[in-house]
Amino acid sequence: MKIDTNARYQASHEYARKEAAASGGFEIVVGISDHAQESLGDIVFVELPAAGKVLKKGEAFGVVESVKAASDLYAPVSGKVVAANEALSGDPSLVNKDCYGSGWMIRVAPTDPAEWNALLDAAAYEKEAGKE
Amino acid sequence: MNLRPEATVFELSSPGRCAVSLPKGDTPSYPLPSGLERAGGAALPALDELTVVRHFTRLSQKNFSIDTHFYPLGSCTMKYNPKANEVAAAMPGWTEVHPLVGDEGSQGALELIYKLQSYLAEIGGFEAVSLQPAAGAHGELAGVFMIRAYHLARGDAKRRKILIPDSAHGTNPASCTMAGLETVTISSNAEGGVDMEALKAALGDDVAGIMITNPNTLGLFERNIEEIARLVHAAGGLVYGDGANMNALTGVFKPGKSGIDVMHFNLHKTFSTPHGGGGPGAGMVGAGAALAPYLPGPIATMRGKAFALEMPRSSIGRMKTFYGNFGVLVRAYAYVRMLGAEGLRRVAENAVLNANYLKALVEKDFPVKYGRRCMHEFVAMGDIAEGIHTLDIAKRLIDYGIHPPTIYFPLIVPEALMVEPTETEDKESLDEFARVMRAIAQEARTSPELLHAAPSSTPVGRLDEVAAARCPVLCYRG
Repeated sequence: MKIDTNARYQASHEYARKEAAASGGFEIVVGISDHAQESLGDIVFVELPAAGKVLKKGEAFGVVESVKAASDLYAPVSGKVVAANEALSGDPSLVNKDCYGSGWMIRVAPTDPAEWNALLDAAAYEKEAGKE
Repeated sequence: MNLRPEATVFELSSPGRCAVSLPKGDTPSYPLPSGLERAGGAALPALDELTVVRHFTRLSQKNFSIDTHFYPLGSCTMKYNPKANEVAAAMPGWTEVHPLVGDEGSQGALELIYKLQSYLAEIGGFEAVSLQPAAGAHGELAGVFMIRAYHLARGDAKRRKILIPDSAHGTNPASCTMAGLETVTISSNAEGGVDMEALKAALGDDVAGIMITNPNTLGLFERNIEEIARLVHAAGGLVYGDGANMNALTGVFKPGKSGIDVMHFNLHKTFSTPHGGGGPGAGMVGAGAALAPYLPGPIATMRGKAFALEMPRSSIGRMKTFYGNFGVLVRAYAYVRMLGAEGLRRVAENAVLNANYLKALVEKDFPVKYGRRCMHEFVAMGDIAEGIHTLDIAKRLIDYGIHPPTIYFPLIVPEALMVEPTETEDKESLDEFARVMRAIAQEARTSPELLHAAPSSTPVGRLDEVAAARCPVLCYRG
């Protein structure tokens, strides 16, 4: 399992990585972990919210579908969607190829920075995912 | 099975051929408004009648069906459908009655609906039954509408959440979302039942109810069903029972007596009517005292000595035009009458016995994650050797003339292989399946390439499901 040590995670396998925002401050980049893309297998469809949508932590914000299963995506933090990765609608396999990079899903302007701090760090998530 | 490749109708087409010669029209023709007519012909294939008949007959000979092969498709109850049901459903008294003939002219049909309602109410332990819904998920939708209508009638609009265990059927959250409510997932405990602490934590005055499948999709009986119902009721919610797995319970356990307020049965699974090709189904809903007034209608009732149709008092309305899928109801009626109470009990007993017998044979090679005694089906895992996945096992089964079980469901078991033999298979078929599974397990270790290439005995081999999903080509291009 590949892991992005700069990101934090939740048990439902989404990662959340802090990145500097163009407007100053920071945004959270959200996607699914390498462990998640590996278990799902070849991803054939990703449904994401439009920019501007306001998410609550834990709320389903989209769907990822493979030939095996369709799974909801859960927001790791609350905030407003700044951008969704439009490239995924043309090429959902980016999630398999590079889940932490070009396979990112949404960028969120967080409303409560403490939520990010409370997520699992890479080591804790690896332990959690290893139980499956 | 006919395994030769079959050309498409377009490839068989020869210009100028035609199957039927229609008489010349005796009414004047009217030209379409300009701009609506297509420039060229319709590009339909040109074939004679005999070629068409042979083509489609040959295609039909490629079918995998319950009448030709063992079909242990978990969660789908692919049991044998007695041919007597077909004779009953084809009787002209049923097939030729016009749906608008009125109560007086359709007393026989209404009597059948009335009696089937009362049989199913007895089997399920319900106050009343509606035969309106046309499929299982349609029954679920009706049930969620009923729960919502009940809360709204009490002036309680804030209950918008439906709790759904992660071992439920995938249609449950979809039905809930379609009814405009919100889904909250409840995790399973170590023995494959509902995690009671997670349930308690989720309950509150915003919860409309719970949707629970029992036995659940792991094929396990929910031992805490009465306690779950008590907790949900105490929090002001209602309990929906998904009856897709009722084949494990007929004549043995009445869900309506375990605290379930509304439930659907799949007449097209449990009550032996053909299904699996997207054909007509019937997802009757039964309800206890609290929800009976909200049932979809019309339902059949007795007025004096005559049968009549009426809407329940606070009905959510129609779920379907006319009276549900009536032909399916006739088959279910014939099945219940043929078996009787004792026969229905033996259905459940043998379904559970067959599944446990098969589980004991298969789990030596294919581990079962939740290993306690199962009900009518069990969930094994197919990743038994390096580089081998459940998909490979499923595809290889086709080469042995067996329909693959349900795979990759339920989602809480990785590499799931969900086997439901049903009560209609004899010991020889079960032993043969176990023998084949053992042979495939052996191949997985010694010649994995056989599994990766499977199926190799069919007109087309392993299909590229990923390419088909990512770049579907939906039009024939000659």
